[in-house]
Amino acid sequence: MDRAEVDTKIRSLIEPFNKKGIAVMDETTFQNDLEFDSLTVMDFVAEIEDEFDIIISMNQQAEIENYGQLVDAVTKLQAD
Amino acid sequence: MSEGISQPDQPQALEGEGKDLFSKFDDVIALREGLLSSGQEDPFNLVMEKVLSPTRAICNGRDTILLGTYNYMGMTFDPDVVEAGKQALSDFGTGTTGSRVLNGTYQGHKEVEQALMDFYEMDHAMVFSTGYQANLGIISTIAGKGDYIVLDIDSHASIWDGCALGQAEVVPFKHNDIEAMEKRLKRIPEGAGKLVILEGVYSMLGDVAPLKEMVAVAKKYGAMVLVDEAHSMGFIGENGRGVVEDAGVIDDVDFIIGTFSKSVGTVGGFCVSNHPKFEIMRLVCRPYVFTASLPPSVVATACTSIRKLMHGSNKRAHLWENSKALHKGLKDLGFKLGTEEPQSAIIAVIMPDLQQGAAMWEALIQGGLYVNLARPPATPANMTLLRCSLCAEHSEEEVGEILSIFEKAGKQVGII
Repeated sequence: MDRAEVDTKIRSLIEPFNKKGIAVMDETTFQNDLEFDSLTVMDFVAEIEDEFDIIISMNQQAEIENYGQLVDAVTKLQAD
Repeated sequence: MSEGISQPDQPQALEGEGKDLFSKFDDVIALREGLLSSGQEDPFNLVMEKVLSPTRAICNGRDTILLGTYNYMGMTFDPDVVEAGKQALSDFGTGTTGSRVLNGTYQGHKEVEQALMDFYEMDHAMVFSTGYQANLGIISTIAGKGDYIVLDIDSHASIWDGCALGQAEVVPFKHNDIEAMEKRLKRIPEGAGKLVILEGVYSMLGDVAPLKEMVAVAKKYGAMVLVDEAHSMGFIGENGRGVVEDAGVIDDVDFIIGTFSKSVGTVGGFCVSNHPKFEIMRLVCRPYVFTASLPPSVVATACTSIRKLMHGSNKRAHLWENSKALHKGLKDLGFKLGTEEPQSAIIAVIMPDLQQGAAMWEALIQGGLYVNLARPPATPANMTLLRCSLCAEHSEEEVGEILSIFEKAGKQVGII
């Protein structure tokens, strides 16, 4: 799956978590813009992990602050 | 999840602004000031001027029933336990002033480790200075860089801190969700070291883990299993060995972590294991090596208490009666509880919000009852909880008294 396809998939997965309907761009941050708390992060990460059959460990999550970084990371992880 | 009153168990990276390194705590300071400015009695600054028994104390000047301690088996004033402590204090002095691996191992430390091996019928026991350090030490030492830790998202702070210290890859799953746990284990790269961490009883809601199923899944994927039985020791299982015993999986788990600061009635932590190489931990586990060992009086009281807990079946039965009576009574009064049925000695009463939870806590303490107020972010799903933890020494009458204090306070605050 290339980056654009991963982006499309994640965009549909993020929708139910994007309670305020914020326009999601590569620079959109999970903590400040989308206001995800730790439980939301867990549920959202679980959705992505199940969809792509990957693990995003908390150590890796710590490096991911915005949407673009997430798409990059998932693109790389699912290709491995 | 645990007693962190104003912080989540899972560590967070806070960012400071400017030069004052304390600026990162401004939100917590504001929250606390907001709560206290309403004239609310501070739930996190209670002083016990006198402790009358395992279930009674003079708190902030009032005679109070204690329903928020972890003194499950009521061992703190047991005459044999107190006597053993006094004797050790006279014979061995006030402290060891040294590490377990240097000058800090006395006869008493070996005796308490033998008591643990006998209690659990396991080959090895290692005693740490606190329960926190037991988790910190064992987890960080066995799961290092490149290894994977799969753990419940509601794990205690000491477990999270152990994971962080060891730098393993940390993969959490939804609380008590067997399927979510299996999915994560399945995806771990082949050849990587795997450790599954579970708790017998989760202390916030007092619910137990489905250990029979979870341990079987962990073994299926070749993971080692560590179970924290801090809140079940002495009480759950035929011999008080915890949920692992009750679920019939004690022989399948690799490590049991426990504490002396709950049912045992003093302070200290431990790990028991049948792993053939376990003893090497004494040399390689930093939180064991780089701290002073427990004072002789503490290990003597712990040893005596553990040996008495082996024969505590009557007390266990009474504690179950108390747990069932309180759960039913609170439910009948109309309170919302953390579990449908009583699963442990902890009964969590769910409050509508922090404001009403704090008001309820104050009404209870003024009525002569101490419970734990637990609030976000230390709680699951951001709940505000009044956590009640029962003691085998609470009498049937006291449980009745507790229920009437709850009824009065609940009506006063308007929750029921």
